[in-house]
Amino acid sequence: MAIIDPRHAARQLIFERVFRSATLAAAILVLLILGGVAASLLRGAWPALSHFGIKFVTREVWNPVTDEFGALAPIYGTLVTSLIAMVLAVPTGFGIALFLTELCPPWLKRPIGVSVELLAAVPSIIFGIWGLFVLAPVVQRHLQPWLISHIGPLPGIGRLFQGPPFGIGILTAGLVLAIMVLPFIAATMRDVFDTVPPMLKESGYGLGATTWEVIWHVVVPHSRVGMVGGIMLGLGRALGETMAVTFVIGNAHRISASILAPGTTISSAIANEFTEAVGELYTSSLIALGLLLFIITFTVIIAAQAMLRRLERRALSSA
Amino acid sequence: MNRPLRKFMNGVFIALSMIATSLGLACLGAILWTLLSHGLTGMNLATFTQMTPPPGGQGGLLNAIYGSTVMTLLGIAIGSPIGVLAGTYLAEYGRDSRLSVLVRFINDVLLSAPSIIIGLFVYEVVVIRMGHFSAIAGALGLAVLAIPVTLRTTEDMLNLVPVGMKDSSAALGAYPWRTTLSVLYPAARSGIVTGLLLAIARISGETAPLLFTALNNQFWSDNLNAPMANLPVVIFQFALSPYKNWQDLAWAGALISTFTILLLSVTARVLLAVTHPERGSRQ
Repeated sequence: MAIIDPRHAARQLIFERVFRSATLAAAILVLLILGGVAASLLRGAWPALSHFGIKFVTREVWNPVTDEFGALAPIYGTLVTSLIAMVLAVPTGFGIALFLTELCPPWLKRPIGVSVELLAAVPSIIFGIWGLFVLAPVVQRHLQPWLISHIGPLPGIGRLFQGPPFGIGILTAGLVLAIMVLPFIAATMRDVFDTVPPMLKESGYGLGATTWEVIWHVVVPHSRVGMVGGIMLGLGRALGETMAVTFVIGNAHRISASILAPGTTISSAIANEFTEAVGELYTSSLIALGLLLFIITFTVIIAAQAMLRRLERRALSSA
Repeated sequence: MNRPLRKFMNGVFIALSMIATSLGLACLGAILWTLLSHGLTGMNLATFTQMTPPPGGQGGLLNAIYGSTVMTLLGIAIGSPIGVLAGTYLAEYGRDSRLSVLVRFINDVLLSAPSIIIGLFVYEVVVIRMGHFSAIAGALGLAVLAIPVTLRTTEDMLNLVPVGMKDSSAALGAYPWRTTLSVLYPAARSGIVTGLLLAIARISGETAPLLFTALNNQFWSDNLNAPMANLPVVIFQFALSPYKNWQDLAWAGALISTFTILLLSVTARVLLAVTHPERGSRQ
């Protein structure tokens, strides 16, 4: 029989307590970081928020000289560029995910999947510099003149596509964002489609359905919650994306009817102006913009996580 | 619906899906091609041996490469132990407790939080308090971004270790800390290393959190308490400048940082695919 040294056992117990507390402290630190982010943004934004009140989010004026700041133009720019990105990226991401899960020959699955993941790993500043030097000239020379001459004259929708072709602006920022969030949407949707039980799909094929009919009537209804979760995750990224947008948005603090015109977004306004901001009110207004972005993106991310979690639970209970 | 129409619709949607896939691949190809063609023209030996030049002058990116390396490594050194320990708590101690569920949720939120907000946070907490921009503030910003990545992979990888190994260790009389250090970490090592590589890949390209923490520095500096040059911010400033030599250097820097990052993420994926074949296609 082994003899247990009581001192050894006591030492083991102390180590156990120390290790356990260290891991617990690290876990709690994660919570504190998020709390700290919220608290520090609130504190930094307070001078601007108390000075302008609700008018901060309803006014378009942004004038550092007279110390007048309103967040409406950046909010508008953030929402519209993200909307354009989602309109373009969601169908494309859906197509890629379908191709990867349902259509692709097995030997192609790996290389294409890895390429999509590599696109996700490219840093955002690279999308920005590429967007400015490669995409913007193409947009200015080909896409925008076509939009202006063909869609511009139409009543109603035409107002969105009028004015000179600047190359940079809301539309180009939306295009760059679409390319950026595409791999995230495609990868999440692929993972969601992979959770559809093969039995369901086989039943569809057994009834004589075509590939598309199985996708539309079996895969999509089964994956709806997860798809929306993936889309929201992509949206969260698009809303908060900074560098890619800063290069191509044009940095104009105004709201134009045309999406070809330059604009600004919350994140690009902060990135451009923060180090140059003088005066408490200016800095504080920029931090208040950050607080708005925090609230918008975190609502979206939390909704997305809640949906993806619901799907995970369902997958677990059915497995 | 009649049969030819159904077959036709099927063909249309399959074609659309293929077009979408080729569009995605074309974007990746176009970006890599631009980087190679622009980056290689701006790159020569001086890029790696000289400091960032004034407008019009000759120079390289040595101080920026050095600064990025230092701040990335420092960020990982600060962030990853926290991430690994917290991941250990979730996998081994907390499991399904209410705290663990909350930490997991908050971690997923942090994972997709806009990095510029992390930059503002570090500015408020560190830069204002210290009174000046510094490399250490930049590293802290990167550390905050590294934590969620390492936490997530550590927890996932610890959960993959067979329960039998843990039970055997416990049956030998080992306390959980001993089991974790001597059995679980070695068994999950390649997975945890993958997480570290992914975290390095993620933070080494980040620009937004460095803009108003580490700022930039045109000269060589190894003082952690002062502004430090770094590749992303140099790319940002130089690319938007009107000077040809600065733009060339920006492209060279973009090429260097992108290929480093792609190399890191490919290595991470290969490592994961070799050691955990069943998880190789994910993440």
